[in-house]
Amino acid sequence: MIVHFLTDIGGDFIMVNLSEYDRRLLSGDEGKAKQLAMQVMVRAAEVSGVDRLVDVSMAHVNSCFYSGQVGVDFAEFLLKEGGTVAVPTLTNVGLIDLLHPDLRPEKSNQEAVQGARKLMAIYEKLGCEVVWTCAPYQLKERPRLGDQIVGSESNAVSFYNSVLGARTNKYGDFLDICAAVTGRAPYAGLHRDECRRGEVLFRVEGVPAKLREEDIFYHVLGIILGRESGTSIPVIEGLPQSVNEDQLKAVSAAGAASGSVSLFHAIGITPEAASYDDAFQGGEPVRVVDVTAEMLTTARDMLSHANSGALAAVCLGTPHFSLTEFAKLMPLIRGRKVNSKVNFFISTSRFILADVEKQGWLSELEDAGVRMVVDTCTYFTPVVNGVEGRVMTNSGKWAYYAPGMLDVSVVFGSMEECVESAVQGTVWRDERLWDSEFWGGE
Amino acid sequence: MAEYKGRVLNKGQVSGDVLLLDEPLSFWGGYDPETGVILDKQHPQVGLVMTGKIVVMPGTRGSSGTPGVLGESLRLGTGPLGLILNKGDINVTAAAMIVSTLYNIDCPVIELDVDAFAQLVDNIPLSISLEGQVTQ
Repeated sequence: MIVHFLTDIGGDFIMVNLSEYDRRLLSGDEGKAKQLAMQVMVRAAEVSGVDRLVDVSMAHVNSCFYSGQVGVDFAEFLLKEGGTVAVPTLTNVGLIDLLHPDLRPEKSNQEAVQGARKLMAIYEKLGCEVVWTCAPYQLKERPRLGDQIVGSESNAVSFYNSVLGARTNKYGDFLDICAAVTGRAPYAGLHRDECRRGEVLFRVEGVPAKLREEDIFYHVLGIILGRESGTSIPVIEGLPQSVNEDQLKAVSAAGAASGSVSLFHAIGITPEAASYDDAFQGGEPVRVVDVTAEMLTTARDMLSHANSGALAAVCLGTPHFSLTEFAKLMPLIRGRKVNSKVNFFISTSRFILADVEKQGWLSELEDAGVRMVVDTCTYFTPVVNGVEGRVMTNSGKWAYYAPGMLDVSVVFGSMEECVESAVQGTVWRDERLWDSEFWGGE
Repeated sequence: MAEYKGRVLNKGQVSGDVLLLDEPLSFWGGYDPETGVILDKQHPQVGLVMTGKIVVMPGTRGSSGTPGVLGESLRLGTGPLGLILNKGDINVTAAAMIVSTLYNIDCPVIELDVDAFAQLVDNIPLSISLEGQVTQ
């Protein structure tokens, strides 16, 4: 049966060793959906040049994001032919906010909105846990060090690999759900020990200690890692012990957006880098980069098109805002009023939103004039899309991507600057943060 | 005419003119599935159309959205007739396999070794056999 499958496609592939389970799925005994999903996984192993598949314990899939009818047709095929997921599978964001349909009225694009709604419903029927979030690592249950998993969304792949020490490559459309339906993935790339060795050392000891305590530093550092690393695995030396998960999320998101970082190590911080030797697996870096004031300010300035002027919107929560980020925001915004000319959006997951409500914060945020967006991202929200003018964000990822996706001019700043600017209606800068000495300059 | 034996990543038999890309392309964001046009402003072949061509390209770049965009383009009939790569690419392969199953549209995906790949010429006809034989 297996020989037949391989000769059927021709070519000189490495022979993939298949388990009993793999063979049963390939035989079609478990239905056409499982058969196709396993064929795709075996072919992916062959193309990657590896001789086996590995069991995965969970998946986070992006194929639920509507980008055309083919995605709906494939999901319907899986559902009709018995392709439910074999492992716990979380959904990435969808195209629409199911809780707040007014954010994307059907008339804005009937085909896409109906397609997205249909696609999202099918992913629920396939057995996915429909969390609709790009920050699934903020849910209570999450993978542990060494777990083999399947990730798709780039920031989540990097966070899972780097901060939690779980193991995944970045799986594209179709591949992620095929892995979830089979519970198997090619034993290639970041699934393997030897492919997780650090390669490029980024030294940040020269960066002023005060700056290394600020959230904005981590977004800017992520941009530098993305642009300097190419396909190599970066290692950061010199992060303070006080670094928190929100800051490591910023490094993950910005590094994946501005480049293709799917794994980074931070010596003394991340789980596979207790020491320098651990990070490089006993070897030495192929390149050393001393992060300078000039590199930092250049990367920072790429994220802002303006430092003053009237503001049209503020977008926080890319990736989805965490509960600790809300906790930091509340004292800044409590009792204040967003300027009537400014739209203030926060993207988060419906689960974090429920916690925010439990804390009694939701009504305070609404009173201040903040609108919550769940299940999706503000890039994909026509309400934001309709905004003209300057948009401020504290997210390096948002600032990096938005100019290509929305017709807006972006201002990157701290959370405090975002709130103060929203209240004033014009961009407000915290002079302390923008002083060149603060960044290590003259 | 020269013949080259490639690895078949997805099976199909086609012939048509070559569109040769000088650099890898991210289909997601860099390509319009409605029209088959390359949109990526940084790409040397920006503005050219893949529809009806055998696209010879040094792989894809970046985004996990690439298979969905290529798959949608093949479904709409705006995509390439076939693809020839110089290294294996699971994103392109997955898209072609899914489209073969769902719509019986067989877009061959062939991997050639780098020497053979370098011999292929832009704008002139080429054919791909079911066994992965590439003739130009």
